[in-house]
Amino acid sequence: MTDLSANSAPATRHGASLLKQNARTRRRNRAEARFRAYGIAAIAVGLAMLLVLVFNIVSKGVGAYSQTFVTLEVELSESKLDKKGNRDIEEIKKVSTFGYAPLINNAFAAAVKEGGLETRLKPKDQAGILSKSAPAQLRDYVIANPDKIGETVSFRFLANSRVDGYLKGRVTRDSIANDKSISAEQLDFVDQLAAAGILKKTFNPDFVLGSDASDQRPESAGIGVSMVGSLFMMLVVLALSLPIGVAASIYLEEFAPKNWITDIIEVNISNLAAVPSIVFGILGLAVFINYMHLPMSAPLVGGLVLTLMTLPTIIISTRASLKAVPPSIRDAALGVGASKMQAVFHHVLPLAAPGILTGTIIGLAQALGETAPLLLIGMVGFIASNPPDSLAAGLLSPNSAMPAQIYEWAKRADPAFYERAWGGIIILLVFLVTMNTLAVILRRRFERRW
Amino acid sequence: MNDMSRLERVVETKNIKMECRDCQVYYGETHAIKDVNVDIEEKTVTAFIGPSGCGKSTFLRCLNRMNDTIATARVEGSFRLDGEDIYDRRVDPVQLRAKVGMVFQKPNPFPKSIYDNVAYGPRIHGLARNKAELDEIVEKALRRGALWNEVKDRLDAPGTGLSGGQQQRLCIARAIATEPEVLLMDEPCSALDPIATAQVEELIDELRQNYSVVIVTHSMQQAARVSQKTAFFHLGNLVEFGETGQIFTNPVDPRTESYITGRIG
Ligand SMILES: Nc1ncnc2c1ncn2[C@@H]1O[C@H](COP(=O)(O)OP(=O)(O)OP(=O)(O)O)[C@@H](O)[C@H]1O
Ligand SMILES: [Mg+2]
Repeated sequence: MTDLSANSAPATRHGASLLKQNARTRRRNRAEARFRAYGIAAIAVGLAMLLVLVFNIVSKGVGAYSQTFVTLEVELSESKLDKKGNRDIEEIKKVSTFGYAPLINNAFAAAVKEGGLETRLKPKDQAGILSKSAPAQLRDYVIANPDKIGETVSFRFLANSRVDGYLKGRVTRDSIANDKSISAEQLDFVDQLAAAGILKKTFNPDFVLGSDASDQRPESAGIGVSMVGSLFMMLVVLALSLPIGVAASIYLEEFAPKNWITDIIEVNISNLAAVPSIVFGILGLAVFINYMHLPMSAPLVGGLVLTLMTLPTIIISTRASLKAVPPSIRDAALGVGASKMQAVFHHVLPLAAPGILTGTIIGLAQALGETAPLLLIGMVGFIASNPPDSLAAGLLSPNSAMPAQIYEWAKRADPAFYERAWGGIIILLVFLVTMNTLAVILRRRFERRW
Repeated sequence: MNDMSRLERVVETKNIKMECRDCQVYYGETHAIKDVNVDIEEKTVTAFIGPSGCGKSTFLRCLNRMNDTIATARVEGSFRLDGEDIYDRRVDPVQLRAKVGMVFQKPNPFPKSIYDNVAYGPRIHGLARNKAELDEIVEKALRRGALWNEVKDRLDAPGTGLSGGQQQRLCIARAIATEPEVLLMDEPCSALDPIATAQVEELIDELRQNYSVVIVTHSMQQAARVSQKTAFFHLGNLVEFGETGQIFTNPVDPRTESYITGRIG
């Protein structure tokens, strides 16, 4: 009893009852509630912006994944393609793409007749709704299959970008008033073809797999080849920056004496991480291309430049994860007679691995999205038309990269390219999100092990 | 001065394993160990006692050159193991540490399996020719570390998943698995319950049959129970070094007496 009364003495000093908050506590709680509200508001603003961004990108870019096609039965008439009739491939190759245009015109005429369509357009103008790549497509097919000459084959041609834009609502009859490449009659014709089922808008895998196309043919441009360019660059970045970065960090963190030289190195690595990427680009231009004479526009050079950019990121994150390994582990290893290198490779490095991996993946993701340095080493513009067929070609022959391709499309005048730029951004973002998710998963996975 | 000559006489009658003369340790500007002379005898347990921060761990770490890993630490003086200077330029600390093992103040098992923890030392020193031999070494070390019965069914479980006391015994097992000639133990029992403590003390007594053991402890009773020699450190000085019985019953220096009786520390 006496104890109890002794304990209650300080309670009375603070205020009467615990059931009632005193002014000080109330003030503190209010401050906390306010802070929480700020936090939630900040997150809400962030999320809202993210939503707007994602909505914008998806709504503008999703159109790039579908494309308008025209399916036609084309008669590969022998009289036009192989006058002598001996199927000599050299002879067939002499027929230029212009020689194929009449075949398409005929195919249109046949389709109009068969479908009973009413149009005053001449067959040549009817064929004008197709992509300029249509005759070339036909020619490639014939050269690959000369035995089909004389038969009638069904082809799926790309419609040109105006027609495609008309079906996607980007092009209207008003907007083409001054447009020489398409007329209102042609749009009427498009409507008729669509009603007849000859012209359709469907998913277009060539956007994901194909290569860039010239200014005149946005409908056939794809991001596939520049994706391969990015892939080869990432291979170079990974193969160089991971071993170099990890070796440098291990040396600096575990072996190097702590003196002013290593201090200077440390400061400069942090500085490098903050250097704008365009500086690395101009450095790459000066050193790798002008001095070492490596080929312009090659993914190898792009990879080297991006390696320079990624190294500081990897070194900093690797050193941080090495530092996070408790020194007692090193002591334990040294204490049973392990050498310093054994201590590092048997014990410290495995513990630091998840952090190193995360840092590497984030560094790679940064490099993947980097555009500025690529502009300086020429990895931009209409470059490669076919995917490389070997490792050497992949590294050395001119190519673009995803972000550079997107930049290239975005600056072209035709709005059809603009749509493709957004479509490319979707792919790039999918890659980045995948990589970052992978980083998070790896980190979780390894951290839970012990 | 009289005391010193008496001490040295006692010491010289036994076989000396490690001989330390005029030892100084500096951490940067701080002079942490001052003029310490200690002899570690063969097949003897030597206890280091003294108030916190007096330099026991620091001195202990000199004996297997663990201070090399601290950039600011500078060690001077002569440390001889079997007559050879362990700070000689030709000495590889890795070889030294295989001979002079260490158990640290805080349990620090590797984040690997219990088996791998113990097997690590024998593996890197090539003590086992095959898996069966390694298994045998691991079992023997765990038995001597008084841990075998608790972990024999889960040797693959992570060593970091054991309780603090079990972890410390694992570290002891790990240290003795490499068969060191001298075993340095920095407060090995500070995380142990009385039963495990008794087991470790038993182990120390057993190790004494073949090795020298140096143990840092804050428990006077423990020092009295397990050691034959005791060194009392105070503020970086070796105040008194002699037979454990004599230190505890009849200390020469007044500081030793006040520490043992609980007046400084
Ligand atoms: N790494 C270090 N850097 C600088 N000074 C240190 C370092 N380690 C120890 N010291 C200093 O050296 C002195 C002796 O420390 P030491 O760890 O040897 O004491 P101790 O006797 O083992 O104490 P405890 O019983 O608390 O473990 C202390 O004053 C300490 O501050
Ligand atoms: Mg200590």
